[in-house]
Amino acid sequence: MGQTSKENIYDDGAARLFLWATLIWGIVGMTVGALAALQLAFWPANGGISYITFGRIRPIHTDAMIFAFAGNSIFAGMYYSLQRLCKRRLWSDTLTQIHFWGWQLIIAATAISLAFGFTQGKEYAEMEWPIDIAIAIVWVLMAVNVFGTIAYRKVEHLYVAIWFYIASIITIAILHIVNNLAIPVDAFKSYSIFAGVQDALVQWWYGHNAVGFLLTTPFLGIMYYFIPKAVDRPVYSYRLSILHFWALIFVYIWAGPHHLLYTSLPEWAQSLGMAFSIVLIAPSWGGMINGLLTMRSSWDKIREEPILKFYVMALTFYGMATLEGPLLSIKTLNLLSHYTDWTIAHVHGGALGWVGGMVFGMTYWLAPKLWNTELYSKKLANTHFWIATVGLLLYVTSMWTAGITQGLMWMTTNEEGLLKYPNFLETVLALIPLYWIRLVGGLMYLGGAILCLYNVFMTAKQGSPVNGQVTDTGDRHVAPRTFHERLEGKAFPLTALALVAVLIGGIVEFVPAFMLEAKVPVTTVITPYTPLELQGRDIYIREGCYNCHSQMIRTFQKEEMRYGLHSKDYEFIYDFNFQWGSKRTGPDLHRVGKKYPDLWHYRHMLDPRSTSPGSIMPAYPWMFDSDVDTNLLTAKLEALEKLGVPYKKEVIAQPEVSYMLQAKAIVDRLKAEGVDVDEKKEIVAMIGYLQKLGTERAKDEGRN
Amino acid sequence: MEVLYILILISFILAFASLGGFIWAVRSGQFEDLKTPAESILFEDNTTEE
Repeated sequence: MGQTSKENIYDDGAARLFLWATLIWGIVGMTVGALAALQLAFWPANGGISYITFGRIRPIHTDAMIFAFAGNSIFAGMYYSLQRLCKRRLWSDTLTQIHFWGWQLIIAATAISLAFGFTQGKEYAEMEWPIDIAIAIVWVLMAVNVFGTIAYRKVEHLYVAIWFYIASIITIAILHIVNNLAIPVDAFKSYSIFAGVQDALVQWWYGHNAVGFLLTTPFLGIMYYFIPKAVDRPVYSYRLSILHFWALIFVYIWAGPHHLLYTSLPEWAQSLGMAFSIVLIAPSWGGMINGLLTMRSSWDKIREEPILKFYVMALTFYGMATLEGPLLSIKTLNLLSHYTDWTIAHVHGGALGWVGGMVFGMTYWLAPKLWNTELYSKKLANTHFWIATVGLLLYVTSMWTAGITQGLMWMTTNEEGLLKYPNFLETVLALIPLYWIRLVGGLMYLGGAILCLYNVFMTAKQGSPVNGQVTDTGDRHVAPRTFHERLEGKAFPLTALALVAVLIGGIVEFVPAFMLEAKVPVTTVITPYTPLELQGRDIYIREGCYNCHSQMIRTFQKEEMRYGLHSKDYEFIYDFNFQWGSKRTGPDLHRVGKKYPDLWHYRHMLDPRSTSPGSIMPAYPWMFDSDVDTNLLTAKLEALEKLGVPYKKEVIAQPEVSYMLQAKAIVDRLKAEGVDVDEKKEIVAMIGYLQKLGTERAKDEGRN
Repeated sequence: MEVLYILILISFILAFASLGGFIWAVRSGQFEDLKTPAESILFEDNTTEE
């Protein structure tokens, strides 16, 4: 009955497209990651080219892995499984196509614009506002397609995987929109509407939950469909899988502040984040055990079957990362791990182990199905598994060692109670051998991914694309219910939707009120950035300095011994896009202002090794060639004034006057030291910004 | 720090929305049978040439 109508033929072309995109972008993203890793081990590897310098390509690497590799694989797995779980074709072919091509365009635009330095400087949300809007639109169109498919499904029961997909889609949409609220200056530049501590909080609320709802829940949905399919057994406990889902989504959303321990964030918010992070162990491990036990009857097959190997790897690392994460959220341990490579080890355990394991397991299972053939080479896939595993272990263990080494070196004091390694550089140079090992590990993982692409290509070549067709298995369809029963069933989604609508309405009303309250308090202590300093700050953001330098001195003694007085919340009120950073490959910069003379910064930016022998920081010669575009200054100041920064009218109208005055003072000081530089060069603005950093607290108070 | 309240509000909305979803799922009998749905995904559908 109607079996041949289009609605009954699955659109598996969508899964094929997204699968290709996953593998191709994955390889691109990993290659960029390897280049970034090489630059940490061997700084000249950027070839003196601004577009491929660490600060610019590290965001390309992370965004490519999250949105292109993980993102495309989620769409491939979701579209394949959703149609089979709903027993119907995707709701709209047009939306599917727009989704695919729109998403690939977004990825390409992101990579190019980040290389050119157009960035918001917020981790995993670096894309500037036009791309952010495109992401929101494409995401919503995808949601309409998915929800349309679910609404017109032919099976009453929503399989647990679908719950995971729904939660991911809704949450990511909200996170993305809130974190990217910004005032545009022009097509390539915007300022976040939040400043300082507030921006940090929103960013890590986003950062944490993006990991949760882009790198965890969608892959759990994929796990609950594809692992049972691979072993041809139902999930070990379906009841536990449902418990896993509800428990996870209720707890996850509160844990974000654990990224900001010992910062200027209020103590209670830090404790809240820490407590919820610990609670997260329970649902996560429940899910991991459920997944592993699903494979319990197939342990003997693991020896031959690469698919199962990858799934075991994925679940093992899911378990490990979800234990490690909560542990790192405990303040005592965070003291040691934060800002070090331990974080890098943690995320790569999750990304290469859990996400990578799920993606490659799913790929090797899907490819033969999508092209109606056998996998081209099981042997090659097994080789891929072993290369990837060894690479992953090299990567994670080297970064654990690096993180703990550096964390301890920062903390160690000598008999007199002074820092044993007061020179930051010493703690970096100790890690260089480990950076080489990490590079080898990463390259091995990349090599495995290339083998996978080749294997899938050959599989597709030997087979021919097929589409699934709804097959009536008898017991799946629920008997039509009476009108009254249907109405009852609809009452609750309607109630839930009404609730959401009311609360969203509430937000729309609340937000402007909060915005007014959040206006910068009039204070004589903290002055806004001058046009020159602001320009320097925008260059700092453009070059992605925050990828290696923090601007947040934490609230404990050894931190203060190294960098100076701890950072206070009010010091950041004019920091539209906060720049606290999350990793110190270089020292903290919050109290760097006035610490060195202008000439020091001039020489340091031109050749870091001239002032800091052995430094692994790249040189920034282009800051000495390029002129600042002062035409944009008025637009920038106007945007910031709208956000509550008290700029004087005459400064907004003629920012060049103030700019040139301050630039000339710097140029004169440099000239006195025998260096000739033009006022308009970027380096002058950069020096102006760096010399302002953290200098205004001392006027206000002493140690507290 | 007012942004904390906005974030908490949004988080509450998400939590309440999922609570609504959960209540709906229970009321509409989504979880009455926890055996068949787990097994029925294993039935393979036919395929057709593209």
